This record gives sequence, structure tokens and C-alpha cells, in this order.
Amino acid sequence: MQIRRKSTAGTMQSSDLMVVVEPAETLQIDIESTVKKQFEHLIRARIETTLRDLGVAAGHVRVSDRGALDYAIAARVETAIHRASQE
Amino acid sequence: MAKNSLGREIPAQWRGRTLDPYVDPWNKKPEVLRATRPLVRRHPSDSKLLPSLRAALEKCELRDGMNISTHHHLRNGDLLLNLLVKEMDAMGLKDMGIASSSIHDVHAEIIPYIRKGVITRIETGVNGLIAQMVSKGELKCDIIVRSHGGRARSLVTGEVEVDAAFIAAPCCDVTGNMNGVHGPSACGSLGYAYTDARYAKKVVAVTDNLVRYPAAPISISQSDVDYVVQIESLGDPSKIVSTTTRVTRDPAGLLIAKYASEVIHASGLLRDGFSFQTGAGGTSLAVADNVRRLMAENKVKGSFGCGGITGYFVDMLEEGYFETLFDVQCFDTRAVDSMRRNPCHREISADLYASPFNRGCVANMLDCVILGATEVDVDFNVNVNTESSGYLLHNTGGHCDVAAGAKLAIVVAPSMRGRLPVVRDSVTTVTTPGETVDVIVTERGICVSAKHADLVAELKRRNLPVKDIRQFHEEITRVTGKPRPVEFEDEVVALVEYRDGSIIDVVRKVHE
Repeated sequence: MQIRRKSTAGTMQSSDLMVVVEPAETLQIDIESTVKKQFEHLIRARIETTLRDLGVAAGHVRVSDRGALDYAIAARVETAIHRASQE
Repeated sequence: MAKNSLGREIPAQWRGRTLDPYVDPWNKKPEVLRATRPLVRRHPSDSKLLPSLRAALEKCELRDGMNISTHHHLRNGDLLLNLLVKEMDAMGLKDMGIASSSIHDVHAEIIPYIRKGVITRIETGVNGLIAQMVSKGELKCDIIVRSHGGRARSLVTGEVEVDAAFIAAPCCDVTGNMNGVHGPSACGSLGYAYTDARYAKKVVAVTDNLVRYPAAPISISQSDVDYVVQIESLGDPSKIVSTTTRVTRDPAGLLIAKYASEVIHASGLLRDGFSFQTGAGGTSLAVADNVRRLMAENKVKGSFGCGGITGYFVDMLEEGYFETLFDVQCFDTRAVDSMRRNPCHREISADLYASPFNRGCVANMLDCVILGATEVDVDFNVNVNTESSGYLLHNTGGHCDVAAGAKLAIVVAPSMRGRLPVVRDSVTTVTTPGETVDVIVTERGICVSAKHADLVAELKRRNLPVKDIRQFHEEITRVTGKPRPVEFEDEVVALVEYRDGSIIDVVRKVHE
């Protein structure tokens, strides 16, 4: 899937996250999180897996995480990518 | 460096003090006489009234290196401590210690005076920003975290000498008789200030409501007060007590409360004479609500409710579920109102409430207490002092005191908070030793200490989700993922005293 335009998914509620994706030449993932110290590696891993599964190779993905669990991260990223891939 | 019995590395000395590593909850005995102070004689024509805080500070003959105290009954509405610190700075005092019963966010105003060296020690733990900055190494200030009972103990034994106690008195007369139930800054119980009134070298009553003699009822009496100062306002009433404390509406919190009340029922303690303590959090109040229903259904008449008192406990008193309330601190306006009208709503001192070194504290008479937790570990140790990020952020309150005293100490907490699992291999900081914790209740399962095999059997019989704590830890961590451990440096920034004065843990500077 290709990121064609800017889109967002998610909320800033506790245990959720806000995902913003934008077109870019390369793949860049920026993570802000209330639990960055403890969980940045797992958040990044889950975002990367989700992007790989969707065939996304390039784009700027920004995440503001409020302690979301893996399934929420995958769902929000997937939704943002679907929205961004539409013309 | 030695390890205490919980495996925590405790330095032999810290900032000039030789440390006594924690061994167990029971064996440390007092080896000193009760602290004392000189007697004085007052002529009938003497006046105690002084024109300002500055005059009072001067009369108390404060010198560099001494300690002052305040109480925290005005919580985030307190103006007094900030005023005192500014005045001490204006007098050129340095290296002063704050031995108040607690410090809150509102006291972040004293940060510049910590930087200047006016304040160098906090003898009682801190809530909020100051503690976090000390954890980060951004602020230099010795912090010793003490429980309510432990603080009372440290004053009674003389380990902490309060050179001048400044007691915010919502209602006071010219001789220093005072209470907390009348006036614009009414806060209810003055329980934490009793110990200061008895043991501080000098006692100053500070009031914004000077009434004609005698101020009645008398909580703290004129025979303990040296000086009286009238100021415009003690605090912001809207931040002193909350107008309402409410039962949670969060479904997970309600489920936790339901399980916790079933544990109490299953324990067999819910019989005539039942005694009970909860905090003011939404889940704790939901437990109280369920317990009240169970008491009604089973026609149980309780003996006393204890602790920080809320409107919920007032209702239970007035409806006959309890005969007495022991109140060291009022949490809401309904509790303050009740103190005025209910003779069996008793104000008690922190010493009577929770000190390990007296002839028996109220906490020892508790059947059941509901406690919170930031983290628990597979050995049932509880942390309420540091966040999982490693920063010191919260005071102990009565946590370790009532856990030790009560027959059944139940910790209620959600299984995870913002991805952080509540159960850990090992807590970041030990506040309360696992030996004094009986049950941990979450919305996903109930863990019971190995010493209560009968309770486990009864809970299983009732089809409640009892789980082995190590398996439960794995179950939760599978959902959250395994958190990366927070890294610390060697420098110890705060001591965590157990209630008996031994060192149960230390807080180290967080490696950023």
C-alpha cells in the first residue's frame, strides 16, 4: 500500500494512541509515548510489523502513544494507512 | 553497602546518618525514652499573640540547620509553608529542614529556596514535582520518606527534632486552643498536628479565624502552645477538602471492588464488631459501598471505621453500620460536618492511629484495610512511592502502617495502567513489605498470600478467579509486553524508612 496523502487515526485518550502518516521518500517512524522508557522498542516493532504486512515501504509515521496495547497500535496504524492510501 | 532482608542495597551511611537495614516488620524495638522539651511558666498577664509570622520565627530563636514543621490537613490549599519558607529566606536562615507531615504540589513554590540553600532537608517525603526533580538530579535536597505512623514515631523518639511547629488552626483563640472544624479554612481533624504540638520545642498556632476565648471544641490545647499568630488566610478552601468523593464508574474499578468485597466476605471477618479502613479513591469507595450492602444483608454491626474519613463512612456511622469513626484526616466536607455533630466521630492523632512505638495503635485493631498500589511484585511487596519511570512522586501515607496492623490487608489495583503491568518481578521501590500484604485484587484475578490457604479454598468454592501470583504476572506481561527496566545511577537521593525507622529501600537517581 502507498501513502498518498496525510491522514490520521486514533485519539489522545489514555491507553490509546494518535497516528499521523504523511507521504515521504523514505520510511521514518517517530515515537512519543508516556511509556517510552519502558516500551519504545515494542511500540516500534509493532508499527514496523504492521507497515510490512501492509506493504508500506515509505512514509513519515508519527505516533503519540498513551500506553496503548499492541492490538490497538496495529489497528490505529492500519486505519491511518488505509485512509492515507485513498486518492 | 549491605542488602536488607528484601535484597535491597542499602548504604552503610547516607548524608551523615548511619542506616539500619530493614529486617522484618516486627522485631525492631524502641531503645530510647520518649522525647521531651523544657517546661515553661506563663504569667496570667502574658500575651501569646504575635503580630506576624516573622515575629514568631524570631521568637522561636531559629538558627541555621534547625527544623520546622507544618501539617498537611490543608493539602493543596495550604499557604502557610510557602509563607514560612519565604520569611526564613528573608531572615537569612540557611540549611533548614522541613519536617512537615507531608508536602504537596502547592509547595513547588519553595523550589527556588531549595536552590538557594535555605531548605536542604525534607524529613517526611514529598508528593509531586520536588521529589521528581530530586530523582532527576535537578534539585539537591535530602528526602526521607516516612509513613504517618513512622513520622509520629520519629518525633516521639526524638530522631527528628522539630524546633518550631507552625500549626495552621482553622479556629483558634488567643491562648492557642484550636480546632479544625470551624472557620473559612475548616479541614476537620487535626490528627497529624497533635504529635507536633506535644513534641516540638516551640509551638506556634497560626490562624485566619481568631475567636473569643475559649475556642471550642478543643483539639489541641493552650497548654501546648507557645505563640499565636493571626494571618489573613491559611489557604484556598476549594483545595483544602474536596466537596465530593465519588464511587468509581469505571467498569474495571467496579469489578475490582466487587471481588474485594467478596474476599472480605469469604475471609469470615464480616461479623459483629467488624472494623474497616479504605482510602478516598473511586475504587476504594466502591469497595466500601459493597461492604455496606453485605453488612446490611448479613445484619452485621461493625465497631469502627478508620483512616482518612469520607462522607461514605459518615453515612455508615449515622446509619448504624459502625459505632465509631477514628479520624486522623477528613477527606471531604461531609466528614468535616460530621465531626461537628457526631460525638462518636473521633479525632485521633497520627501516633494513636499508626505509630509502631507506643502501647498499641488503632491500626492494630483493624480487621480489614483496602490499599492502593503503583506496583506489586511476586513476593507481595508494594510500591506506592515511585512511579514505574523510577521517579519519586508519592508519599507513603499510612500504607505500611495499616498493612502491618490489619488482619486482612487487601491491595486493589487495575492489572495494568497505560500498558504498565501492575505485577512485577520486583517492585521499583518497596514501600510495604509483602509479609504484611494478604491479598491483591485486580479485575483479571485475585492473588492470595501463601499464608491464607483457607481463604484460597473459600474463594475457589465461590468461583472467584484466584490465581497464583507468578502465573498471573506472566499472564499480564503477555498482554502488555515486558517493560524495559529503568536504569538508575549509584547516587541515593532519598531514603524510604519502614515505620520502625529501619531502611526498607532507597531511591536512586534515575539515569536519563
